[in-house]
Amino acid sequence: MPALRLPAFYESFLYLVLHWIVLATSWNLLSGYSGYFSFGHGAFYGAGVYTTAVLAGKMDVPFAWTLPAAALLPALLGVALGAIVFRVRNVRGELFALLTLAVTFVLATIVLNTPIDGGPGVYLSAVAVPSLAPTASGSFYLMALALAVVTLAIAYAVTKMRLGVGLFAIHDDEDAAEVMGVPTYRYKLVAFGLSCGLAGLAGGIQALFVSYVTSNGTFNITVPLTVVLMSVLGGTRHWAGPAIGATVITILLYASTAADQAVAGKAVVGAILVGAVLFMPDGILGLAVARLRRMRAAASSIAQAPPAYATRLPATAAPRARTGEPLVVVRGLRKSFRGVRALDGVDLDVREGEILGVLGPNGSGKSTLINVVSGHYRADAGSIVFAGRELLHLRAHRIARAGIARTYQIPRPFAHMTVRDNVALTAMFGGEALDPGEARAQAGEWLAFTDLAARADALPGDLNLHQTKFLELARALASRPRLVLLDEVLSGLTPGEIDEAVELIRRIRARGTTIVLVEHVMRVVTALSDRIVVLDQGRVLAEGLADDVMSRREVAIAYLGTVHA
Amino acid sequence: MNLPSGTLLAQSALSGLFIGGLYGLIGLGLGLSWGLLHVINLAHFGLAFLAAYVCYQLASVGGMDPLATLAIVVPLCFALGVAMHALLMRFRVSPLNSLLATFGITAIIEAGIQSVWTADFRKLESSYAAQKFRIGELFLPLPELLTLAIAVALAFGIWAAMRYTDLGKAMRALAEDAPVASAFGVNARMHALLLAGVCGALAGVAGVCLALTYTLTPAQIYAWVGVVFAAVMLGGLGSPLGPLAAGIVIGVSEALTMAVASPSWAPIVSFTILIALLLVRPGKT
Repeated sequence: MPALRLPAFYESFLYLVLHWIVLATSWNLLSGYSGYFSFGHGAFYGAGVYTTAVLAGKMDVPFAWTLPAAALLPALLGVALGAIVFRVRNVRGELFALLTLAVTFVLATIVLNTPIDGGPGVYLSAVAVPSLAPTASGSFYLMALALAVVTLAIAYAVTKMRLGVGLFAIHDDEDAAEVMGVPTYRYKLVAFGLSCGLAGLAGGIQALFVSYVTSNGTFNITVPLTVVLMSVLGGTRHWAGPAIGATVITILLYASTAADQAVAGKAVVGAILVGAVLFMPDGILGLAVARLRRMRAAASSIAQAPPAYATRLPATAAPRARTGEPLVVVRGLRKSFRGVRALDGVDLDVREGEILGVLGPNGSGKSTLINVVSGHYRADAGSIVFAGRELLHLRAHRIARAGIARTYQIPRPFAHMTVRDNVALTAMFGGEALDPGEARAQAGEWLAFTDLAARADALPGDLNLHQTKFLELARALASRPRLVLLDEVLSGLTPGEIDEAVELIRRIRARGTTIVLVEHVMRVVTALSDRIVVLDQGRVLAEGLADDVMSRREVAIAYLGTVHA
Repeated sequence: MNLPSGTLLAQSALSGLFIGGLYGLIGLGLGLSWGLLHVINLAHFGLAFLAAYVCYQLASVGGMDPLATLAIVVPLCFALGVAMHALLMRFRVSPLNSLLATFGITAIIEAGIQSVWTADFRKLESSYAAQKFRIGELFLPLPELLTLAIAVALAFGIWAAMRYTDLGKAMRALAEDAPVASAFGVNARMHALLLAGVCGALAGVAGVCLALTYTLTPAQIYAWVGVVFAAVMLGGLGSPLGPLAAGIVIGVSEALTMAVASPSWAPIVSFTILIALLLVRPGKT
């Protein structure tokens, strides 16, 4: 143990720095990584403070025994609150921030009105401080140090785990993340629970440190304001960002309050927050990481010849025979939007190994079909059986795991992840659970397959439309799906690029993947598809072999209006 | 539990109605800014309190009639609203970041108030405060009545302006789809700044109403945040009438809770209503 033999003052100051590092880093676990800003961190911290205060101060439980409770109670509170609010699709960032802010005042009211406190505050002056060091301040320093190390280790480990990758994807595009197989609801709950538990622990130690706790002193706006500020200043997308921010702010705050100017201190914190949000919304570490990436990208574009590993693609999607057995059986599928029947009883089969072209005029329900099958929307009625399994009531990430991948008509890459990490994400969360290292290696191979290897370290925003569309394809393929739903992958491409894409789609099918192709470019659909289904006004109008279907009278009417022939 | 008398309940409901009007008045500018400008303006509360303190200063020390201070407070707040939004626009701040930045601005305003007027309680003593009307056994204090009347008048006035004037229609078009509205010749920048100014001015009016009725202290800024946001979210973002209606519902429920249970339980009411509504009709909010 690094027991510094410093004067008590320094030990107490270091305690404060470490205390804020724990609070800011724990806040960042949910809020920084996933973008769900909690303004209620003070509430969960406060729950920890009062757990220890009541157990140790009023019920004479030894201090060390109160700490597990101080972690558990806030964690349970957080999970319970999350279980309610994360279920609601509309509770996204802003609403979550305000709901959690309200929790602070609710907890304060409860504490103040019940025997938990009742008004006078709780004294812990009679509680024995564990003697880890010769002095009390030394013991506090060591406790905070241990907790800070644990918290930072957790924050680091999470970024290296699937959990962290999933949270970052939620930050960028939660719906797309869910469709790519990220269990968004569970991940948010886990992160929230961890975040609240660690804050509660910090609160438990703080209760003994201050030895007298009051409702007003605990449940106020200072804790959330300060942790948000620290994390935003340091950089919320990096595990170490909040710790850096916490160190800087604690020193700054100390310097300004030391001169008996608490009011000025508050103004300074406010001004730094405004400045940080306006001038460097990505924080200190965000800036540094971006600069590093640019340097690395510049270096790699010179040094790297595209590696020729397209041949060692993972063989897991073992080329399945084109058995012609139905892989997907859709019956009576209905979906309405405020009375508009987008799908009005659709029946169709997709056979194993085929390319099924889906055609139809605008508004005929093509995209809705893909959105319902992939779980992006929930159907009103009907059934979708995929490989013998009913999908209708599964959440989107379960459908992805079952082996269905999709592309979006308007590409929805995760904006803050590199091209490689975008692809690695679906490799990680798709059919088989890979660990992040393997997933990144495989991602490289899928990028080679789609000719994007040279752009692996770029951000999606730096790609052109053609490359972005191919990135959508690479992402869909990386989960090694049995069925790929392609939603107008060719729209907006030049004729030359379309030919390239057609070639790519042929190669995908050659690997044994079944494809549903929603497309407007007629020559492509007829060239690629084994069979064609025509939708009109939410119903199947015609189904059959390509040439046969297109020459039918009702199809011509749907496309061109009345036929005078 | 003993149920309080009918008169007490009626008087509570009445005071709930009055405070609900104030929730609606504060929420009016907040909701417009959130719904139409996509700025979640925490500094709205700071601005309202600044206005309240300026009103207090002019009336108590300067001897002005509290309502006459509107002539100074409203233009001041309009200008501050415009300046703040110009800053946010200049840096293209996202809605979530606007919440953070205005959080910081609020902290600065709070510190400013505290350094000028200290953290002590301040109460505006005006000739209005003593005046009360009486209907049967119920008392109607004049400041509260004034607040409610102003809140209702402003909410309906803005509702009508948004519905029937070209300016109002342009504002709604911009909120819906700024690029398309601009293509039809609407000056997005000017309209946004104007609307931000109006929101600031609304905060100013709310501040004067605050000063008429309530004891002021800087830390109180945050006490209003939860309830007013609940009113805005329940009433609908960008809606002029919704927050007023929701504010009154919350105000009355709070007041009845205070009468039946204990005053200190009131803060829980708005939060409970909000959560309950989220659960009952998740799609709406």
